[in-house]
Amino acid sequence: MAYSEKVIDHYSNPKNVGTLDKASKNVGTGLVGAPECGDVMRLQIEVDDTTGIIRDAKFKTFGCGSAIASSSLATEWLKGKTVDQAIAIDNMDIVEELNLPPVKIHCSVLAEDAIKAAINDYRVKNGLEQLVFEEKGVH
Amino acid sequence: MLKLPIYLDNNATTPMDPRVLETMIPYFTQHFGNAASRNHPFGWEAEEAVDYAREQVAKLIGADPKEIIFTSGATEGDNLGIKGVYEMYASKGNHIITATTEHKAVLDTCKHIEKLGGEVTYLEVKENGLIDLTELEAAIRPTTILIAIMYANNEIGVIQPVREIAAIAKKHGVLFFTDATQAVGKVPVDVQKDGIDLMTFTGHKMYGPKGIGALYVRRKNPRVKVTAQMDGGGHERGMRSGTLNVPGIVGFGKACELCRLEMEEDAKRISVLRDKLETELMKLEEAYINGTPEHRLPHVTNISFKHVEGEGLLMGFNKNIALSSGSACTSASLEPSYVLKALGLGDDLAHSSLRFGLSRFTTEEEIDYTIKAISETVLKLREMSPLWEMYKEGIDLSTIEWAHH
Repeated sequence: MAYSEKVIDHYSNPKNVGTLDKASKNVGTGLVGAPECGDVMRLQIEVDDTTGIIRDAKFKTFGCGSAIASSSLATEWLKGKTVDQAIAIDNMDIVEELNLPPVKIHCSVLAEDAIKAAINDYRVKNGLEQLVFEEKGVH
Repeated sequence: MLKLPIYLDNNATTPMDPRVLETMIPYFTQHFGNAASRNHPFGWEAEEAVDYAREQVAKLIGADPKEIIFTSGATEGDNLGIKGVYEMYASKGNHIITATTEHKAVLDTCKHIEKLGGEVTYLEVKENGLIDLTELEAAIRPTTILIAIMYANNEIGVIQPVREIAAIAKKHGVLFFTDATQAVGKVPVDVQKDGIDLMTFTGHKMYGPKGIGALYVRRKNPRVKVTAQMDGGGHERGMRSGTLNVPGIVGFGKACELCRLEMEEDAKRISVLRDKLETELMKLEEAYINGTPEHRLPHVTNISFKHVEGEGLLMGFNKNIALSSGSACTSASLEPSYVLKALGLGDDLAHSSLRFGLSRFTTEEEIDYTIKAISETVLKLREMSPLWEMYKEGIDLSTIEWAHH
């Protein structure tokens, strides 16, 4: 199967690869997937205390090109958004933006899960309760 | 000059040798006759060409030409050999022994037989990819009619102890079928010395054309018969009906002849390149060879690069290097290679594997380019891999509770 140009671009020049200090109160970390399934994504957000805006986002991904591209794109989208806006990111937006074929939709779901896991981690650290999200059930 | 892309997926198919193509061409437009037309020169010409090719094919494997049944390829040979024996020897028994690392053409044929009421034992393989001979012998029952074990594996290239298997089969009066698709033309295969009763192989894995293969069926000690799986004109001694693919057969014959004459030299040269590729790639941290290097085809290696996913890895260079991965992401299914899993590899290592298949046409320049491209991509992706980071921090990944999905 041929990859879309956008996937190739994110794969070749991934945005925001790296690690934030997961001990910091401002940083939320989401680690999703499993090595046995062939993809693991770690997505981190750093939130500005006063504005509630995501100042920085980083990722590291073990997975196929589409998984790498999905997480790279997700970090791009997260930066500058408020946490509430970030919750609204839907995996189908990623599918559309990257032109992912049906067999790769699970990569976008994983990215959405990673965003939500990072937000919940941030919320727990800051004394807020975890949000409960609906299962996507694609993967 | 290095020409891109480089082809290192020769276990999937090989390019055809130009010398093979040359011999085939006249049989499309000039000598187009039906080999079964007994009444005119067109038929005679075709028949003569088929007879000659049959000799070339037989000679490569130490068989008699009468023991060669032309098929459309290895999948058909697997079906005809196994189902054909199952039907022909139904009065003797209904039990077949095979292994979990066989090609799907064998495994799915065996599953079909189970649906028909047959019984099949699937032997596990050892960590090195080879079957355990004691287990094989212990699995034989009074109703066992066939042992179906491949000669060499298509994913990891390991060569099964064929002669020992044949001896066990003979001792118990059981027939021995082997899928030798990856081995014939690459390593010496001799049906007499090896003690093989039925064997399938195909043209396009040995520099010949696609769509043509052969099933070897022993005629003496013992005389073996298979029930035809297609009804028709009774070609190929009644075992495989259908007008013969004359140009294909001519090309297959030539490919067999070339392999017989050049295999030894080819294998020497190719194994040096394979060893160089392997040695250099194994210098990367956390790289593992899958399957035993001691009993292996000279042109194959399969390596896992831990904490990097196979398809992601391929994407780093697949515009320039054609390779295949044991990772599921390369196919529609989400399960990684069942062959690698059968060796006891965790899914994570199975997802991290690349299969290399070199050929007669592979050059040292191509291997050097490949070593560099793959090493760079592995390092780049590890920088991006959360698993690599954890591994480097000394975290035991097996202690983490992953969110399985």
